[in-house]
Amino acid sequence: MHYVVHVLLVLALPPLLLGIVNRVKALFAGRRGPPVLQLYFDLAKLAQKSTVQSRTTSFVFRAGPVVALATTACAAMLVPFGAHKAPLSFGGDLLFFAYLFALGRFFTVAAALDTGSAFEGMGGAREVTFGALAEPALFFGLLVLTRLGGAVRFAVVLGPGLADHWVEAAPSLVLVAVSLFVVLLSETCRVPFDDPNTHLELTMIHEVMVLDHGGPALGMILYGAAMKLFVLAAVVVGVALPASSGNPWLDWLLFLGGMLGCTVLVGVVESIMARLKLVAVPKLLVTACLLSAVGLVLLVR
Amino acid sequence: MRWLIPCAIALTALSGVAGLVPARRARQGELLAVGLLVLGAALGLAGSVVGFVAPDALRIDLPWSLPGARLLVRGDALSSMFLAPLFFVAAAGAVYGLSYWPVREHPRDARGVRLYYGITVAGLATLLCAANAVLFLVGWELMALGAFMLVGTEHERAEVRGASLVYLVSTRAGTLCLFGFFALLYAVTGSLDFDLGAVPGRASATELHGLFILALGGFGLKAGLMPLHVWLPGAHANAPSHVSALMSGVLIKMGVSGLVRATAFFPSPPLWWGAALVGCGIVSGILGVAYALGQHDLKRLLAYHSVENIGIIALGLGLALVGRSLGAPALVGLGLAGALLHVWNHGLFKALLFLSAGAVVHATGTREIDALGGLGKRMPKTALAFLVGSVAICGLPPLNGFVSELLVYLGLFEAAASPDAPAWLTGALGAPALALIGALAVACFVKVYGVVFLGEPRSAKVDEAHEVDKLMTGPMAALGAACALIGLAPALVMPVLARAAHTWAPELAEEVGPVASLAWLSLANGLLLGLGLVAAAWLAWRARAAATVRDVPTWDCGYAAPTPRMQYTASSFAATLVGFFAFALRPARFRPELVGPFPQRGTLFTSLPDVVLGRLILPAFALIGPLLARLRKLTQGSVHAYLLYMLVAVVAALLGWR
Repeated sequence: MHYVVHVLLVLALPPLLLGIVNRVKALFAGRRGPPVLQLYFDLAKLAQKSTVQSRTTSFVFRAGPVVALATTACAAMLVPFGAHKAPLSFGGDLLFFAYLFALGRFFTVAAALDTGSAFEGMGGAREVTFGALAEPALFFGLLVLTRLGGAVRFAVVLGPGLADHWVEAAPSLVLVAVSLFVVLLSETCRVPFDDPNTHLELTMIHEVMVLDHGGPALGMILYGAAMKLFVLAAVVVGVALPASSGNPWLDWLLFLGGMLGCTVLVGVVESIMARLKLVAVPKLLVTACLLSAVGLVLLVR
Repeated sequence: MRWLIPCAIALTALSGVAGLVPARRARQGELLAVGLLVLGAALGLAGSVVGFVAPDALRIDLPWSLPGARLLVRGDALSSMFLAPLFFVAAAGAVYGLSYWPVREHPRDARGVRLYYGITVAGLATLLCAANAVLFLVGWELMALGAFMLVGTEHERAEVRGASLVYLVSTRAGTLCLFGFFALLYAVTGSLDFDLGAVPGRASATELHGLFILALGGFGLKAGLMPLHVWLPGAHANAPSHVSALMSGVLIKMGVSGLVRATAFFPSPPLWWGAALVGCGIVSGILGVAYALGQHDLKRLLAYHSVENIGIIALGLGLALVGRSLGAPALVGLGLAGALLHVWNHGLFKALLFLSAGAVVHATGTREIDALGGLGKRMPKTALAFLVGSVAICGLPPLNGFVSELLVYLGLFEAAASPDAPAWLTGALGAPALALIGALAVACFVKVYGVVFLGEPRSAKVDEAHEVDKLMTGPMAALGAACALIGLAPALVMPVLARAAHTWAPELAEEVGPVASLAWLSLANGLLLGLGLVAAAWLAWRARAAATVRDVPTWDCGYAAPTPRMQYTASSFAATLVGFFAFALRPARFRPELVGPFPQRGTLFTSLPDVVLGRLILPAFALIGPLLARLRKLTQGSVHAYLLYMLVAVVAALLGWR
């Protein structure tokens, strides 16, 4: 039963998160902003559209959005939502989770290179560069969590024991939560790493890689990006808010409240910060890496 | 039964002789030679299966008149672990060579390539199942010299001569270390037979450290552990591609096999051994992939990835050693199983990558990445093979690279959770380093695949390229299928790994695999494939519902006249990442000077020469070269003088022998 809720949430909610982010940004800017459900309308429209595909492209170009969405959806099945177990759980699922996103990145960038466009090549180069720096940060965070939890699986590291660890190892967990949030912003291409609203190709990362995609494929990319935000936010919420009420349905509400909080936080960051210069991006990622590393050192004392 | 592997060795060693027929019968000779080699490989594969099931059935023990030597052959699970990929990759490469390097196209050297290929394979198999140091060294030298002849195949090119000379010097230096290693082992144990667990009680601490340093030097040189990797990029880039596949997929693993065997002698090794291997592994892994990122030569790039993957294997083996020193069997099991499975996996996907790179070279005549492009449409099968190899080597699910990296990761995470400082430090440094290596490998392979196979051709020759024939695509398909099989059903190889790990460390259980959750990994991979199919089907359905316009140029933000030269190149793609590692790599940039509002046409040129070779070894040799030149008086090519030296050496040895 709760697995069904899990799957339904993963399928239905992601576009809403982006609507909330945009609403928060609009509030900060004093605008009214687009409707919260705008992305749903966009997706419905895109699914109906016809496609234009450059004659340079091959099947890799079409595989990019497919693999990106499939890997994200697969990753979503591994993450426990709040106090509820994930549908799929096994020893090492944390690592499978991390490598799924790398697989998605591989095909997204390959699809970008398939167009033969310099812009998209540039976006791809930036994506793999920053991805390479975000990976150690993520793994230091995972090391802290597994050292506390004692096993390399989500069900244990984000399980019921985590609430107790917050009592004894709060500093480490705060550092890890911050570091994972930075990784989330980087992986989902949000400010301060990338600006999803910009229209200047030279400054973009994710948007510039998907310039040539249109119609249903573009819809798939937008949906996949929203789902990636959802999944990574669920991990951050799992670390930051390990509470359980005892009532399963109340737990779902708690989880959704946490997701709302995380989404609003993304919106706030986006409203009060400017995008970083590209040369400063690696510094922020290395900082995130060091934060988690300090968290690990604090644990061994 | 016990003659299976010796028969295989004899067949492969002699297979090339069948090809030494006059030009008019060359094709038949070629087919016969490859047929013999494939038959030998099949026998060898059968032998390695026997080695897993009933190791004692393969044991041969015959006297040999040489002092200290015995014809002692054994095929335990650990030997089989290395024999299986050897015979598989050798057979795939030999079949591929029928079309890639036939006598018809290379009348002068094709016969030689086939002959030395068989000899090298026989040498590899001999050293793997030898249980006596003399027999081992015979195999080792057959392998080393056979490979030297293979690397120098196109010796009319200066680049090839340079590469094969560097290889020869390196392999001689490595063999010198091994002579020292076995001599010291003999001094300690009084026997040249490999007797598991017989050493430590009799050796002093100094002797132990000496043994490890000599083993690390000799076997590390063969494996290509940084900074001992100097011979590897040149040799792999300049050999014919099926030879590169054999060398990179199998030959460098002999260093790993040697290290595994040598460390098996010591049930409780000093802690610094494991730490040193972990350190070497991390350095090789990160710098290997960083070097690869900056390469322009397709095969040289793949060669640096061998350095990277040897680093991952060393990381796993080092973890197992650390675990053994600390008495933590979980680390031993996971680290060793990860390292050994990575030996298989790297053998499969690297051979696949070298064979598909060879197909590209065969079709276009160039290894220059920035001259290629758009080959995916012209060579779809090769492109698919390269894509499979790329995904596998990056360690991405659902292919085999992920499985072995997962095992190493699980060991590292286990270590990081330990209260012992050496263990948690290993995990805390190793796991993020492995993550960085994986992410950089993704960057590198998406670059190669994108620049070579996607986009538009960057030169006219590439535009006219055609797909290679079935003799070349067939072996690629076999290797790719093996990658997929291990990736999708990793539980199949678990019993094999458990046997091999038990042989190395008898304290580990023989039957149960190190982790039981690999069946779940298959399920997760299945889910991933299923979701991918659903998404692809949906996209295809929507594409059918609405019209798709295909005959248009890339939109490119509305630019109307894009040319292939505007595409991102391999150098520009990797520029930022190479810049991060500039402190270690010292990239060279030759930048045109642009003056005035209408500057002259200029060309930017970047290169990434090997720092260890270019700034350390070659200058050192230049320094001591004049001194060593005096020794040349002794070696003037006169056979009489050489015979005299041998006589003196034998007399001296006999006087020294007891």
